[in-house]
Amino acid sequence: MKKRFAGLVNLFCFSSKSSFALKLNTFQTGILDKVSLCINFQYSIESFVKKERRAFIKKITLASLASALGAEIVFAKNLPKDYIPVFLEEQDSLKAFGKDSALKVLNDRPWNIETPIHLLDDKVTPADKMFVRNNGSIPDKIDISTWSLTLKGESVQKEKSYTLSELKNKFKNYTYQLTLECGGNGRGEFYPPTEGNQWGQGAVSCALWTGIRLKDLLEDVGIKKDAVYIGYHGVDAHLSGDPKKEAISRGIPIKKAMQDETLLAFQMNGKEIPMAHGYPLRLVAGGYPASASGKWLKAISVRNIVHDGAKMESPSYRVPIEPIEPGTQTAAENMRIIESMPVKSLITHPKSGAEFSIGKTLEIRGHAWAGEEEVSKVAYSIDFGATWQSCNLDKPVNRFAWQHFQTNIKFPKKGYYEIWVMATDENGNSQPMVVPGWNPKGYLNNACHRIAVKVS
Amino acid sequence: MKEEDIKRMIRFVSILGFLLLFLVLSSIGVVLMLQYQPDLVQGWLAKEKSRNSEQINEAFQDEWTPEKLEEVGLVEGEGLQLVLANCTNCHSAKLVTQNRFTREGWIQVIRWMQETQGFWELGENEDAIVDYLSTHFAPEAQGRRMPLEVEWYSLE
Repeated sequence: MKKRFAGLVNLFCFSSKSSFALKLNTFQTGILDKVSLCINFQYSIESFVKKERRAFIKKITLASLASALGAEIVFAKNLPKDYIPVFLEEQDSLKAFGKDSALKVLNDRPWNIETPIHLLDDKVTPADKMFVRNNGSIPDKIDISTWSLTLKGESVQKEKSYTLSELKNKFKNYTYQLTLECGGNGRGEFYPPTEGNQWGQGAVSCALWTGIRLKDLLEDVGIKKDAVYIGYHGVDAHLSGDPKKEAISRGIPIKKAMQDETLLAFQMNGKEIPMAHGYPLRLVAGGYPASASGKWLKAISVRNIVHDGAKMESPSYRVPIEPIEPGTQTAAENMRIIESMPVKSLITHPKSGAEFSIGKTLEIRGHAWAGEEEVSKVAYSIDFGATWQSCNLDKPVNRFAWQHFQTNIKFPKKGYYEIWVMATDENGNSQPMVVPGWNPKGYLNNACHRIAVKVS
Repeated sequence: MKEEDIKRMIRFVSILGFLLLFLVLSSIGVVLMLQYQPDLVQGWLAKEKSRNSEQINEAFQDEWTPEKLEEVGLVEGEGLQLVLANCTNCHSAKLVTQNRFTREGWIQVIRWMQETQGFWELGENEDAIVDYLSTHFAPEAQGRRMPLEVEWYSLE
């Protein structure tokens, strides 16, 4: 029944371009509140992007088209009227999200957008350069005047709701810079290939998050002794359109929830959180896979079991306990939930592919992080890992914030080089030079980042 | 005369109103029936579904121009229409074309979507869909790390 119903909803979604289905939507809003909400979400995002696109197209001339493309459009005069060149579609959606045009759209339903590494050079990641990873549809309209957060579940003393302004004003506000990296960052390098968005290395960010401590809120509501986990609930709709399904509802152990830096954030980089990143309220648990930081937060369940929401189940965001042979499967009992992310580093300057003349001193810089640990050392190699030299490394501004490294390199002779960079955490764990242990969903690839340079 | 006109208009408007009410109520009824009494409408729905998927197919042909196919990375081939009709309702075609699996691998992905994501049964179409995917989106052998792909530029 469920499946058939989802299919039906899909048919509606599909035909929502016609005005008939739209009218139908409004008629049924009363009964099928959630269903039509989902339809409307999908429709509005689609129409928003289209509208943006049309507005954009109106403003441009062929000359500006050419400059946007970075090349002359040969046979431009043959373009049919109102024909929109293929390259523009992606640019328009990026523009609608307020993203830098160089970001790469991996998937537009759900939206998954990756940042090229050289654009991660800022010490604090700005909104326009922050990767997007979504599991469901981005909500369209958020009414903050009626928005509330409900604390519920087996292990709260009593269910309690808070309005946004209560949250902001009743509890002390804190600001931390927190590293959020997608658990599947680097998946594209695993072989045999694993299912999901084929991320390069750019699904990581470190922005300034402002909000209240989750532990302050949990103390206010009162939790029972048997609490072991919290789970989040957002308003993003499941892609199948089934209103009974949550797109994603993951969570964190109580010990993580009780850390000072675990926030219910309402600001990112001193401004309201952008819609794609969880406006108006987001759980932020730095150092954990970013999927633990639930967006568009409406409720938190305090659980006496490990939270069993969508994408908590195996194999989602889990890796084998006992390592397995590449390409093989393993029992759910042999899979553990990913908690702290592994040690990793990226060269954010220069962009890979730099050509320069012999004699130049090349400055390289970038960031290193190690989940919940601190990075103690960053080294680089220009001879494919045969020898390693250390880089200057800053302390983190706070726990779970990435650290910056920098060094200057002289090259011994002309030719092709790869610069590899390897971070080591305070427990002595380093990054592997090849792709690490294969796992069924392609998580936790922290192989050394490499850039190519040519000295002439 | 005038009074008669007004009366006629009132009658007309009220008929329209009743019609509208009937439409709304019947559509509510249909939806409720679908939700709570699926067995009653099973046969009807099955017919509807195939008809609808034909309609979808037609619409897809309008929407899926060769340029659009190229943009998302899909290729012409036997089974393409089935892939468009079944695999792009919930998620972007780009989620398909980013991935590479063997026949068994693609079947596993389909089962996962059916078991956890509300994806429907593919019935006799499954073979053709899996054939298409495992032919055009098969894994390519590669080492533990691939050579870097480089776009060269001059650094000042």
